[in-house]
Amino acid sequence: MAQPLVKKDDDHDDELEYSPFMGIEKGAVLQEARVFNDPQVDPRRCSQVITKLLYLLNQGESFTKVEATEVFFSVTKLFQSKDTGLRRMVYLIIKELSPSSDEVIIVTSSLMKDMNSKIDMYRANAIRVLCRIIDGTLLTQIERYLKQAIVDKNPVVSSAALVSGLHLLKTNPEIVKRWSNEVQEGIQSRSALVQFHALALLHQIRQNDRLAVSKLVGSLTRGSVRSPLAQCLLIRYTSQVIRDMANHGQSGERPFYEFLESCLRHKAEMVILEAARAITELDGVTSRELTPAITVLQLFLSSPRPVLRFAAVRTLNKVAMTHPMAVTNCNIDMESLISDQNRSIATLAITTLLKTGNESSVERLMKQITNFMSDIADEFKIVVVEAIRSLCVKFPLKYRSLMTFLSNILREEGGFEYKRAIVDSIVTIIRDIPDAKESGLLHLCEFIEDCEFTYLSTQILHFLGIEGPNTSDPSKYIRYIYNRVHLENATVRAAAVSTLAKFGFMVESLKPRITVLLKRCIYDSDDEVRDRATLYLSVLGGDGTVDTDKESKDFLFGSLEVPLVNMETSLKNYEPSEEAFDINSVPKEVKSQPLAEKKAQGKKPTGLGAPPAAPASGFDGYEKLLSSIPEFTAFGKLFKSSLPVELTEAETEYAVDVVKHIFDSHVVFQYNCTNTIPEQLLERVNVIVDASEAEEFSEVTSKALNSLPYDSPGQAFVVFEKPAGVPAIGKFSNTLTFVVKEVDPSTGEAEDDGVEDEYQLEDLEVVAGDYMVKVGVSNFRNAWESLDEEDERVDEYGLGQRDSLGEAVKAVIDLLGMQTCEGTETIPLNARSHTCLLSGVYIGNVKVLVRAQFGMDSSKDIAMKLTVRAEDVSVAEAIHEIVASG
Amino acid sequence: MELPPKVKNILLLDSEGKRVAVKYYSDDWPTNSAKEAFEKSVFTATQKTNARTEVEVTALENNIVLYKFVQDLHFFVTGGEEENELILASVLEGLFDAVTLLLRGNVDKREALDNLDLIFLCFDEIIDGGIVLETDANVIAGKAGINSADPNAPLSEQTISQALATAREHLTRSLMK
Repeated sequence: MAQPLVKKDDDHDDELEYSPFMGIEKGAVLQEARVFNDPQVDPRRCSQVITKLLYLLNQGESFTKVEATEVFFSVTKLFQSKDTGLRRMVYLIIKELSPSSDEVIIVTSSLMKDMNSKIDMYRANAIRVLCRIIDGTLLTQIERYLKQAIVDKNPVVSSAALVSGLHLLKTNPEIVKRWSNEVQEGIQSRSALVQFHALALLHQIRQNDRLAVSKLVGSLTRGSVRSPLAQCLLIRYTSQVIRDMANHGQSGERPFYEFLESCLRHKAEMVILEAARAITELDGVTSRELTPAITVLQLFLSSPRPVLRFAAVRTLNKVAMTHPMAVTNCNIDMESLISDQNRSIATLAITTLLKTGNESSVERLMKQITNFMSDIADEFKIVVVEAIRSLCVKFPLKYRSLMTFLSNILREEGGFEYKRAIVDSIVTIIRDIPDAKESGLLHLCEFIEDCEFTYLSTQILHFLGIEGPNTSDPSKYIRYIYNRVHLENATVRAAAVSTLAKFGFMVESLKPRITVLLKRCIYDSDDEVRDRATLYLSVLGGDGTVDTDKESKDFLFGSLEVPLVNMETSLKNYEPSEEAFDINSVPKEVKSQPLAEKKAQGKKPTGLGAPPAAPASGFDGYEKLLSSIPEFTAFGKLFKSSLPVELTEAETEYAVDVVKHIFDSHVVFQYNCTNTIPEQLLERVNVIVDASEAEEFSEVTSKALNSLPYDSPGQAFVVFEKPAGVPAIGKFSNTLTFVVKEVDPSTGEAEDDGVEDEYQLEDLEVVAGDYMVKVGVSNFRNAWESLDEEDERVDEYGLGQRDSLGEAVKAVIDLLGMQTCEGTETIPLNARSHTCLLSGVYIGNVKVLVRAQFGMDSSKDIAMKLTVRAEDVSVAEAIHEIVASG
Repeated sequence: MELPPKVKNILLLDSEGKRVAVKYYSDDWPTNSAKEAFEKSVFTATQKTNARTEVEVTALENNIVLYKFVQDLHFFVTGGEEENELILASVLEGLFDAVTLLLRGNVDKREALDNLDLIFLCFDEIIDGGIVLETDANVIAGKAGINSADPNAPLSEQTISQALATAREHLTRSLMK
């Protein structure tokens, strides 16, 4: 039943607060709505009741079908009143009630009468209401009036018809398209808004006709548009045309750039902003094109209006991602925004500065941020923390001051998400920068001394267990960990016990002491803690053969070999019986999430939470997956897994991508297949690979996928042998073969008989880059000097004409598949020369460093000097071969 | 973003974040509870800020939210993250000034509730299905105001009769307690 909507609060102050809707009830209002049926309509009374109905709807109350119909029918009676105010409310409530099509018939004649009324307000509103509720057949009946309305001399009526046209275009495009001539006339209107609405509609009508849009933009950019809103639209359409032209390979002078640039001098700020943003978003925008846009945005930065400052700093923030150098001019203005009253502006300013800052300004910035952090909301703090994390990866040498900053803010007050962001950042830094490991771990230890979040404590303890034993002095962490056993809740205590055990196992010298500590835990009040302690004690106590050693190592450090989800379902299905639960019965195949979730997964931040979550992707995941297949265990250690390469276009019947796994003398192709047709079940899915263009490879075996139901991805494997340690390359063509079975969509059961079929996939290449693992170094110079100068190989290459230096640099990085160091992947905008530092590990575990110097002459010809040092001369030579043949 | 500028919603909340009047034009918040959750997060995110002289702006859940406060009323206009802030600001300013005109300068929650019909009409005249219909406050107020009651009744009388009506309702309610 209906609840009173405005409840009286317990708070006594509220009782004094007066509201005309206090104590309003749906039932009572519906009763009141009967006045609509009175033969003598009281306009004021009826308006009030309609307001009450609207109020109820607005507060989230919903009417049942019967109630809505009843109200609708009685409302239609009100058309007989001549009161304009009441009529206005009637229009409003009809739109809110959104009657069904069989009810609409009741009001159409009244509304059509109003559409042709002498009163402009009636005409405009009747059009808007009618267009909101009618369907196609009725629309053809009133089309004539609508066309008239578009060219009505009253701008309100004209706008009403045009805007309605925009809405109708979605449902009845073929009808609205017939109005082009009238709409065209609207563009010439003297009313600013009519011009805006007409332009929007005309563009929508023609949007699929590239030529027509281009013509429209071409004629209008010569300047007949008066309304700022319409001008903004025109700018959007212009950028679209520019994009289209670029896509269709029309090169040369960028068309319409001049128009965009002239809009930067428009008198309306919204047009200036729109134009500036359009310029910054042009594909491959040059610094010369960018400059005028940056200049106007810089002016906005010191505007007294917060909206302008926000818009400018937000745009510059985006520019800073691709063209950090272009934004540096604004740094002084940006720094003054750090203390902006509006914290959104301040946060954007900070993150922009972090992106554009160079190595020398890091310390100064950090000082400013420290002052700023205390008075912003958590969600902004998270943004700042993330910016700092990427800064640290960019400038590994600065990890000390950044780490100090992170540990300081870790000690301050903050919510869970914020703390987790900080911890994740520290973990990332520890992983990426080996030098930062010890200090980072100590910061984390200090944090768990006083951490209110069980989740973070357990995660950190787990991380400590993995990283701690490998440090120079593992014993110093023991105190922190053992303190947890005294002071925390059972979950954390259990995690601490596991961590202690890992230390005891990995560090022989600590074993006796750890054993003592674990013995004390046997008397814990919680059974899980006691169980773990007992278990680990017996593992540690068995200081016997190597065999048990290996087993206990697997037990402590090995991961569960089956996906957790499968484990959970199996355990749920397990019924207690004589037979013990067998972990080998749990399926190892990964049933991935439905397609939709897959995309989101890729975006998750890396850090503590992420690695265990994704079983089938990432290097660890692949390693586990491959080692679970007996045929592959003999290949030795997995050297590298490539990123998935799509072998089908998006939105095809079967989606297939491939991951290339490189072993010392084998290559495994993992084909991830997804069946996107609900009515089909695929069986015996295999990939036939033709390796005639890959001479050094010979197929060893393949592993077909038994069954591939709808929307549940599965993997097929094909294995090739290649000469050991040799970076063999080649091209493979692939065909998917399978048996299709029809599935009855209602029962989900497949038919017994299937049809054999095949599906052509795109070609796949194994390239030299596949044999290179991206491994960064924290100090490139030290690493460089540590390698023998004798083994250096230098050569020069002409890379031909390129659009920009950046393109050439990216091509070389991609070709080699190496990690860029010290932020050298970003290239100053107008640079004519650049040095890029790369590092990696080549097949056979050979460390390789590359110093690539690029230069560009006036005709955009690019030359490169490539200096390579490697632990093995032959590898240095191989790198040159890759470049020479690429 | 080739489409014309789109407004996702207009919110008018009171000083506790409760709805006075709201209008959604986007499917981003399909249920009433989703709407209420959004209103709550917008309200808390902006609560401590001072948006009484200038229109302020923030980014929230992939949206741009423009806001301005007066007395115990909080005005919000939301658009997508790609949207031109200044277009959204012109919508908010149009709404704010039109409401100020219609309420004759007494812009507070009580006055707004007393004239809720005018507020609804105002929303209706500014945005149609997410598309900007009009941003000039005088035009909006004119369209919403003139039609709000019997056009023959002068404005001053209208207020008196309204005042009488509300007084009467108030009295009945206190008698019924």
